[in-house]
Amino acid sequence: MAKSKLETGSILDGFTIGELIHRGGMASLWEVKREGDPTHYLMKIPVLNEGEDPAAIVSFEMEQMIMPRLKGAHVPRHVANGDFAVQPFIVMERLAGETLLPQLKHLPLPVDKVAEMGAAIADALESLHRQGVIHLDLKPSNIMFRPSGEAVLIDYGLAHHRDLPDLLQEEFRLPYGTAPYMAPEQVMGIRTDPRSDIFALGCLMYFFATGVRPFGDPQKLKGLKQRLWRDPVPPRKLKPDIPPWFQEIVLRCLEVKAGRRYPTPAQLAHDLRNPTQVQLSARAEKLQKDGFFAVLKRKGEPPRSLIDKPPEREAEASDAPIVAAAINLDDMTPELADKLRRTLLRILERSPEARLAVLNVLKLNRIAMDQTLDEEGNNKHVARLVGLKDWARPMKIAQGRVTYHVLEAIDPADTLLDYARVNNVDHIVMGARANSTMRKILGSVSGKVAMEAPCTVTVVRVRGAEE
Amino acid sequence: MLLGIISDLHANELALEASLAALQRLGVDRLVILGDVVGYGPDPEVVTQRIAALAGQGAICLMGNHDSAAVGARSAMNDMAAAAIAWTRPRLSEASRQFLAGLPMTATLEDMLFVHADASNPEAWNYVVDAAAAMQSLTAVRAQVTFVGHVHRPQVYCLTATAKVIAHTPVTNTAVPLSPQRQWLAVAGAVGQPRDGNPAASFMTYETAARELTFHRATYDYDTTARRIRDAGLPERLAERLVNGT
Repeated sequence: MAKSKLETGSILDGFTIGELIHRGGMASLWEVKREGDPTHYLMKIPVLNEGEDPAAIVSFEMEQMIMPRLKGAHVPRHVANGDFAVQPFIVMERLAGETLLPQLKHLPLPVDKVAEMGAAIADALESLHRQGVIHLDLKPSNIMFRPSGEAVLIDYGLAHHRDLPDLLQEEFRLPYGTAPYMAPEQVMGIRTDPRSDIFALGCLMYFFATGVRPFGDPQKLKGLKQRLWRDPVPPRKLKPDIPPWFQEIVLRCLEVKAGRRYPTPAQLAHDLRNPTQVQLSARAEKLQKDGFFAVLKRKGEPPRSLIDKPPEREAEASDAPIVAAAINLDDMTPELADKLRRTLLRILERSPEARLAVLNVLKLNRIAMDQTLDEEGNNKHVARLVGLKDWARPMKIAQGRVTYHVLEAIDPADTLLDYARVNNVDHIVMGARANSTMRKILGSVSGKVAMEAPCTVTVVRVRGAEE
Repeated sequence: MLLGIISDLHANELALEASLAALQRLGVDRLVILGDVVGYGPDPEVVTQRIAALAGQGAICLMGNHDSAAVGARSAMNDMAAAAIAWTRPRLSEASRQFLAGLPMTATLEDMLFVHADASNPEAWNYVVDAAAAMQSLTAVRAQVTFVGHVHRPQVYCLTATAKVIAHTPVTNTAVPLSPQRQWLAVAGAVGQPRDGNPAASFMTYETAARELTFHRATYDYDTTARRIRDAGLPERLAERLVNGT
C-alpha cells in the first residue's frame, strides 16, 4: 500500500487538503476543497499501520461500502471514496457544530431535553433501518445535529447492511462496538438485529438523564457479558424526579431480550413524543435491581438462551408498523364505524407488533383559536378523547398497542399529514366523508391525505352509502 | 466495461432470450457464458446455435459438464441428467457438436477467472455449494474475482484478510461492491433451470471499473418450456422444477 505523507496543501484525487480537524486512533479528519467547488468537505483517512488490528482496515472498507448507499438528512452526504491501492479515504459533507460528546460535561440533563433528543435520534435510526442498515456503534461521539434539528449519525465503520456482504461477520473473535452502549446480543457476536441500536439509544438516554452509565464501561469481555444477567439500577432510584413514563421507556429499550424492546425506532420515538400515552408496566415503578436469586438463576443459564435470535431477513420493520386511524366522530354512521374497525383489525392481525394511534382532529375556529370549551363549558378535548375510546372499544385491542390523540387544527388534512410525517406513520386508515354534497363544498380530506401522505392510505367507504 | 454473465442455460430458449433481452437493455459491453448450454431442456440445437453466433461476435463461452457429456465425454451423472443427455445427443447438428466440443474449460479477462465449476480442479465438476468449497476454489487461483456456475443458486463468497470465507446471499438488483482488498467468488444463478425458489431466469452483470456485481432476474413463460419438456418425453421432474424454481 503506497502512502504519501499527507499535509495541508497537498492534493489527493482532486481534493486539496486543508486543516487537520481531528486525529484519532482509527482515523484522521481533514477539511478539504475541490477545484471549482466552493463547498468545504470532510476527508476521513484511516490510520493503517503495519501489524495494526486488521479490523481497522475491514471497518474502513465497510464504511466505504455503506456510506455511498445511504440517503437522507440523517447521514452525512457521501462525496467520494479513495482507492485502497493508492490512499484510502472517504470525502463527505462537513457538518457544522459538535457531536454530543461535549454534553457529557453537563450531565444529567433534564428529562424533557433527553426525551426530545432521544426522539430525534430514534428518527435517524428509523431512517437508517428502513435503508437496511444497522449502525451498531451508536454513542454520543457519533451523533450530531443539523441546525434544523435532525439528528445525524456518523461513522459507519461497524455498521451492517442487510443487502451487502458483512466483512466483519465472523471475521474476528471479539465483539465490536463501544462497551457502554453495546447490546447483549452484540456482545454475543450477533450483528443482524436492528434492535441492538434501540438498546444503545436506551443506554444513552439513561446516561444523559442520570449522569450514570447503566452498565459502566467494562474493558474486558467478561465485564461486557454481565449485562446479559445483571440489570441496571432503575433510573428513578438514582434520580427520584425522573417520571415513571421515562423509566418505562428507557428500561424497555434496555431489555436483554430484543423481542421485549421497542420493535422499531419509530415506535420508540412515538412514545418519547407522547409521554402521557406511554403504557406503564412494572418497569415504570421499579426502584431496585433484580434480587440476588433472580440474577443467580440467569447467570446459570447458557448465555444464548438469555438473548433473542435476530429477526429473519424477511421480517423487516414493516412488521411493526405504526397505523394511524383518523376518525371523524361528527360524520360517522354506524356502518362506517364498523367497517373502519374491521379494516383496522385485519391490518393489526397481520402485524402482531403494530401500534395503533387513533386520531381525531378538533377543528379550530379561525377567529377564536383558543376556544376549546363548548357552550356547556365541557372541555371539548376531553370529550373527544372519551369519544375516540368509545369508538375503539369494540376492537378490544390490548392497552399497550393503542394510543388516542386529539389534534387541534384549522386544516384537518394538513394536520394528519404532519402527524404522519413526524411520527413515521406507515399506514393511515380513514373514512370517506359520507355525504357527497358536503364533500363537494368542503373538499375531501381523505383525497388530499391519500394524494400527499408519505405512507400507505386506506380510505374506507361504505358501499352504496351515497345512493 | 459492463459484463453480462449467464450460466446454465440448459437448452431453455425462452429463458435465454428473456435474459439476453434484459442484458441488452442494461447495456452490457461483453457477454460471458459460464457453461451448460445444453442438457435438461427442450431446445438444445436452437440454444447452441444462438450461443455459437454470440461467441462468433466476441462472447466468451465455457464448457459445462452437460456440454461435455452431450458431445461424448463420459461423466458421472444422475439418471435424470443422463436421460436428458441421451435425448439431447441426436438432436444436435454436427456444427453444434463441434462448437460444444471446442469450448474451453476456463477463460481469464483482466483480473477475472471464468470457469463452470470449482476452479481448483475444473474437470472434476465439483460444486461450489458452501464456504469450504469456496475456500478450496479461491485458494487455488490468483484471480481477484472468480465466476462460476453449476450450482443454479446465486451466492457470493469472499476470502477475508484472516483467511476465512464469508458467504453472502445476493439481493436482486442490489449492487455488491467487490473490494479489491480481497478475493471474491461469484456463483451465478441459472438462466435455464433456477433452483433458488424463484423460477425467473437468473444472471449477473459486473461493472469492472466500479467493481460492482449485480444479480438480476428475468421472468419468462416457463409454463410453455415445461410443456415442451413434457411433449419431448423428457422426465416429468424437469418440467415441474422449472415452474417451482427448485
